Amino acid sequence: MFGTGRYSGWRVVKEALTGHKGWGPAWRDPEPQAAYDYIIIGGGGHGLATAYYLAKEFRQARIAVLEKGYLGGGNVGRNTTIIRSNYLLDGNEPFYEFSLKLWEGLEQDFNFNAMVSQRGIINLIHTDAQRDAFTRRGNAMILNGADAELLDREQVRAMYPFLNFNNARFPIKGALMQRRGGTVRHDAVAWGYARGADSRGVDLIQNCEVTGIRTEHGRVTGVDTTRGFIGAKKVGVAVAGNSSRVMAHVGMRLPMESHVLQAFVSEGLKPLIDGVMTYGAGHFYVSQSDKGGLVFGGDIDGYNTYAQRGNMPVVEDVAEGGMSLIPMIGRARLLRTWGGIMDMSMDGSPIIDKTDIEGLYFNGGWCYGGFKATPASGWCFAHLLATDRPHETATAYRFDRFRKGLMIDEKGQGAQPNLH
Amino acid sequence: MTQSNRIPGGQIDRSRSLSFTFDGVTYQGHPGDTLASALLANGQRLMGRSFKYHRPRGPISAGSEEPNALVELRGGARREPNTRATVVELFDGLSAESQNRWPSLKFDAMAVNDRLSNFFTAGFYYKTFMWPKAFWEKLYEPIIRRAAGLGSLSREEDPDQYDKGFLHCDLLIIGAGPAGLMAALTAGRAGARVILADEDFRMGGRLNAETHEVGGLTGADWAAQAVAELRSMANVRMMPRTTIIGAMDHGIYAAVERVSDHLPVPLPGKPRQILWRIYSRRAILAGGATERPIAFENNDRPGILLAGSLRAYANRWGVAVGRRVAVFTNNDDGLRTASDLKAKGMEVRVIDARKGEEVVDTAGRLGLSSVTIRSGGRTETFACEALAVSGGWNPNVNIASHHRGRPVWNDTIAAFVPGQGDIPGLEAAGAAAGRFSTRAALETGAAAAEGALADLGRSAPARDLPTAEDGPYAITPKWYVGGGKGRAWIDQQNDVTLKDVKLAHQENYTSVEHLKRYTTLGMATDQGKTGNVLGLAVMASLTGKSIPQTGTTVYRPPYTPVAMGTLAGRSRGQEFKPKRLTPSHKWASEQGAVFVEVGQWLRAQWLPRAGETQWRESVDREVLATRKSVGICDVTTLGKIDIQGTDAGAFLDKVYANTFSTLAVGKCRYGDAARGWHRL
Amino acid sequence: MIINHPILGPRDSQEFVYLGDAALIDRPDGLAEGALDTFHDYLYLRDNPAGLHRELWYHEQGDRSWLVVTRNTLTHEITQVELARDVARARGRSK
Repeated sequence: MFGTGRYSGWRVVKEALTGHKGWGPAWRDPEPQAAYDYIIIGGGGHGLATAYYLAKEFRQARIAVLEKGYLGGGNVGRNTTIIRSNYLLDGNEPFYEFSLKLWEGLEQDFNFNAMVSQRGIINLIHTDAQRDAFTRRGNAMILNGADAELLDREQVRAMYPFLNFNNARFPIKGALMQRRGGTVRHDAVAWGYARGADSRGVDLIQNCEVTGIRTEHGRVTGVDTTRGFIGAKKVGVAVAGNSSRVMAHVGMRLPMESHVLQAFVSEGLKPLIDGVMTYGAGHFYVSQSDKGGLVFGGDIDGYNTYAQRGNMPVVEDVAEGGMSLIPMIGRARLLRTWGGIMDMSMDGSPIIDKTDIEGLYFNGGWCYGGFKATPASGWCFAHLLATDRPHETATAYRFDRFRKGLMIDEKGQGAQPNLH
Repeated sequence: MTQSNRIPGGQIDRSRSLSFTFDGVTYQGHPGDTLASALLANGQRLMGRSFKYHRPRGPISAGSEEPNALVELRGGARREPNTRATVVELFDGLSAESQNRWPSLKFDAMAVNDRLSNFFTAGFYYKTFMWPKAFWEKLYEPIIRRAAGLGSLSREEDPDQYDKGFLHCDLLIIGAGPAGLMAALTAGRAGARVILADEDFRMGGRLNAETHEVGGLTGADWAAQAVAELRSMANVRMMPRTTIIGAMDHGIYAAVERVSDHLPVPLPGKPRQILWRIYSRRAILAGGATERPIAFENNDRPGILLAGSLRAYANRWGVAVGRRVAVFTNNDDGLRTASDLKAKGMEVRVIDARKGEEVVDTAGRLGLSSVTIRSGGRTETFACEALAVSGGWNPNVNIASHHRGRPVWNDTIAAFVPGQGDIPGLEAAGAAAGRFSTRAALETGAAAAEGALADLGRSAPARDLPTAEDGPYAITPKWYVGGGKGRAWIDQQNDVTLKDVKLAHQENYTSVEHLKRYTTLGMATDQGKTGNVLGLAVMASLTGKSIPQTGTTVYRPPYTPVAMGTLAGRSRGQEFKPKRLTPSHKWASEQGAVFVEVGQWLRAQWLPRAGETQWRESVDREVLATRKSVGICDVTTLGKIDIQGTDAGAFLDKVYANTFSTLAVGKCRYGDAARGWHRL
Repeated sequence: MIINHPILGPRDSQEFVYLGDAALIDRPDGLAEGALDTFHDYLYLRDNPAGLHRELWYHEQGDRSWLVVTRNTLTHEITQVELARDVARARGRSK
């Protein structure tokens, strides 16, 4: 291993007693080499996970991750930290269940406490039609090896007695629960993968923006960057939110639009909400961080943007959902809002695929669900990069599914990205 | 209890006394006090505990930037956790409790963390608690969660009402200090529709906290006169107790007006707070500046305040935090605290960093009792109850950076100022623009208003500026005092110290965003208003990069935290997505219909008759009745398109997959229609 | 955001429903040669630019007109608002 050595409780004690002099850099800041076997564009969660698994699981070497800003500065650094595998469709559920299984062993695997916490997630039910839909989804989850339970109203009340059970416009009728769902300390995911990749020899190059992708005779040869040209045999793009901008370097138009999703955190509060819950009658989902902040979010603003900030209508809509579901939060204060740019794809599902250019691979279109996918996305993208074949759980995430009518449309909204 | 630390002067109404309790003890204060000023007047410096180490803390500020003096205000269902005592307007019968301590504020068992601080360094939790795997969720995390968090919610429904409203103006002025007042006078006299908003309950900004004169009057009197003139103008809306929380697109600003927070409970029919959306054609940011501390060992004890705040307590509230005061400053503004306090009869000692003098340590378990200074190689310890610290002032660039434009470093004042044009239509003035003297504030306020009037096609009145001080600021940056072995705080609430920043640097979390996220610097309820620039300056000194190269983290709304109830307004309970009822709803209800929710609509599902035991019986009866005679279905809940004309049927043949032109008059038919992505 | 409606003047964007890229006006001929490809591109692929974007907004809570709004996706600045009817006519899409 390079650098830091293993982390452990004993080491923390030892360093505390010796002035913390032994902690080395979590990762190096190498100068880019002239050429690599693999270049991953994008040092967010998915890019770092890809590099980590390429090195660790697929035994590849000469790998670089190019990041225009700082590591973990994309959506892995601004999300609501939820993990779950509660999807309906065959193209999705096996993949997300694979991801959840990777989360379950992740910290021991990359030797970094990312605080993976399977606190349970409930999707609240307010109508009979919703109960039918969630029953169906729960069955699909179980058929794919995931866990799912249908809770009745009283079971929900026992868990969260402070929800609105008295004067609700949309009374709570039950919930779909996935006990293995939960939350993860989002930044630590990026850092854990970064440190794990760096220690296996991956060059993580920050402040290095890709300004062009060079090809010769239909094959990729490398990338132009703000730090010069870097050659590569294979280039993987993992820049969700900015996918269209990067793929425009090779003239590719993508089946997606960029939208802003705002998220929110309250001031720190003593423990209130143990798990994750989503409101079925408004756009509102919430969990409480270990630090005490209520972390919550809602719908995208709904218009194309790259501005990483939103406007008041969605802020108010989310607060309205929160107040109608949890009337006690009226006196909790919203501390900070933020906005991340989402690749909103045409069917609400992602793409992990080769492109028409040999050696150029694409990973994106995660809509606002990319965080929970991070481990599987990295693993499957590494699989595709190393073997040129899709991983068995990601065979449906192809570019040509739109042409073939094989869309993976969980919401049934069709090709209107802002409705997914 | 007596107001032992009350001194003459200030803008409080001594003719009336207000009674309040803190941790069950009753105290007296006066109208015009904040909870913090009243407690300080009663000699109570200790008001809270820090987040991680549970260090005893008092207020370091006199405003909304306060990281330490957080209390649970009010009781029962109205309990408000994490409320800054420095902005709570005192009212008779106010009750507050300290928070995040057990069993009491003076003796907090969790302060054991302070002894273990060597283990609880930045990010220590990322390196441990991984074995055995199951222990994280079963043991470690529950312990951490219980220890974390600050105050508690009541777990009861918020009993107060909130409202929302919309305002339109030519010019929104954010902040009613000298710059904001002068801008409002200029634009108001020109006839423009002006909104002047200030988070304080008393307009005037720093003029209320200073002793120098404006136009031959005391600053506070000049401000009161300006406020009176503005109140007399029909085209000016004065909004005290109103915080502009965010700059949105196209001149829209979000604001929170605290209508009733200075009352025990809202008056009947009145909301607690109002969320305003202000549509402005132009805006002026005159939100002032926030003082920053200097990091030195044990710089977090109750009694150690920012110099301008200590001065504000003396001048505005007639409060001496202590009779023996030390002033540690790197700029001339800190010297003002020394001269003002001396004039009020206090014993003052100045430690001027520009002369190589520095504070190296302090003592006093629950409040400052002495400081140790180093000057010319000699150290000396002396007793004092208050220490004023000024590391300089940071213009409040937050609102101007809400569109993610980054502020610009200004070497002369060693601080960031708003970037030009980052928010279209917004101009900064006064201290918010880095112009710190009163004269400069008045001038830039007038100039910003004149610029706005020109943009709006109005002519400005002749400039009429009152005389005012134009003193020097003369800062020499001094961020931290090195060389010691103890801890020097940067972010007081989150207990981020110099050592944590050094460790982050050692571990290569050197990007300012990594620094923030790894150490939690600036992530507390004050969002780093006092600590952020200090923290990044320390990181810059470690990496050898300049401060502007190091850069800031992103300034995000809201400017100060906002109650969720305010953002929700009246959309709660039954008023959340109000019910939509069909024309037949009343009739169907009378028939005992069972309704189903379809979106916001209620639709009658079936109409049970006596003797029917389950829904199928009712539905079967209705189906048969319709087959044999006639049925009525109220499809108000569905969208409709009215198509008229002789070729309507032929047109529908092109829209639907099945044929409609053959449909007879008076009949209906379901049709299959497809969007481009559908396959039939 | 505020959309300066060509007929009604400045209106809050909350009154509108967003559809997306105004290129949707240029619906291809479903019976032409190669329609499968052109329809695929029309339906699913977007330029998604970081910068000026011409996009369709529907004034649902107003006069129910469709507008083509030219807006910068980096700054949200709106530089032009046209009736979609006029845009479509100019492109020969309507009479």
